[in-house]
Amino acid sequence: MPEILLRPFVRLGHSVVSAIWRLGFASRFLAAIVLMSGTTFRRPYLLMREIYFSGVLSLIIILVSGLFVGMVLALHGYDTLSRYGSEEWLGVLVALSLTRELGPVLAGLLFASRAGSAITAEIGLMKATEQLSAMDMMAVNPVARVVAPRFWGGVISMPLLAAMFSAMGVLGGYLVGVVQIGVDPGSFWSQMQSQVDFERDVLGGVVKSVVFGIAVALIAVFEGYDSDATAEGVSRATTRTVVTSALVILGLDFVLTAFMF
Amino acid sequence: MKRTTIDLWVGIFVAMGIAALFFLAVQVGNLRGTEIVEPYELQARFDNIGGLKPRAPVRSAGVVIGRVHHIDYDSERFQAVVVMNIDHRYTFPKDTFATINTSGLLGEQYIGMEPGGDEALLQPGDTMMKTQSAVVLEKLISQFMFSKAAEGTAPK
Repeated sequence: MPEILLRPFVRLGHSVVSAIWRLGFASRFLAAIVLMSGTTFRRPYLLMREIYFSGVLSLIIILVSGLFVGMVLALHGYDTLSRYGSEEWLGVLVALSLTRELGPVLAGLLFASRAGSAITAEIGLMKATEQLSAMDMMAVNPVARVVAPRFWGGVISMPLLAAMFSAMGVLGGYLVGVVQIGVDPGSFWSQMQSQVDFERDVLGGVVKSVVFGIAVALIAVFEGYDSDATAEGVSRATTRTVVTSALVILGLDFVLTAFMF
Repeated sequence: MKRTTIDLWVGIFVAMGIAALFFLAVQVGNLRGTEIVEPYELQARFDNIGGLKPRAPVRSAGVVIGRVHHIDYDSERFQAVVVMNIDHRYTFPKDTFATINTSGLLGEQYIGMEPGGDEALLQPGDTMMKTQSAVVLEKLISQFMFSKAAEGTAPK
């Protein structure tokens, strides 16, 4: 009888311990990647290939989403701002929301689901088909050859994608606000330029996107490397990458925002 | 090692990313902004600065001629000390009036400079003597109320 009562606690304790275990392994994994990234930078072709797969192939989704997010922001913003007769602040609203928050966060979420999941699936499948062990047998270090290039590819792509997202969003806001609704273009841009600070807002957004890039890339390669070597294990690892990345991005965003602003 | 198509795509990608950052810096942010060239410092004391913030513009006749550098509090005179950076191309007479104005009804606050007629000019580091504080809306309303009340009780 007491065993049935104890079971939930045992399960809770087990999941807490294994979560902490995985956190520690992930930290050690990050240190190992950084230490073994020499190969990545000595053989830029490996890095190019990963930037191509995680960055270039994410371009369309990032650009299109950025454009639409900016357009929606402009529609909503105009609706509210016009009540106070301050339509010329539309540019400020769109630019600040995008550079500070939406650019890095949404680009990070899209990046995690578009590129992070692919990285996890690829590494997980390599593990399941014992390609990683085969490399190990041939004295090729799989962390240096497979994991590190994918990690750095993600870290480099992410800030560039976030910047493109914000820029496209501002253009989308311009299209809807100025071209369609008819806000004065001069005040749209000049108010934006006087209110958006380069260091605080634009560079702050870049810092955020670099941090998100590190987080998403680490989660993606770690989940792939740590996955169970079965079809089911790979599928679970892929799902976990997207879910964990989303939670970590939103949590980190709060912490970074509290620090910066 | 030879060049491949992937290199081309990665090159385009990186160029687009840098272009986007450049766009954010120049067109969206105020990196270009109004350049204040070789600024010199002026000080002004105010009884109340309202919502004035560092980096707020300093204008004369509506033209941005400088920016607020920082704001201190003088605990001996119980006044705010505003230190401004003024473009070296512009000089002002000694009896220039510094006022804190608001652009629009709810806009940002800025310092307006109204030049006087003195022949001597303000030197770098000088303190402007004539200042006018920010208008505090509550005070304005209470003054209005009191004057209305006084009208009501005045003997007819």
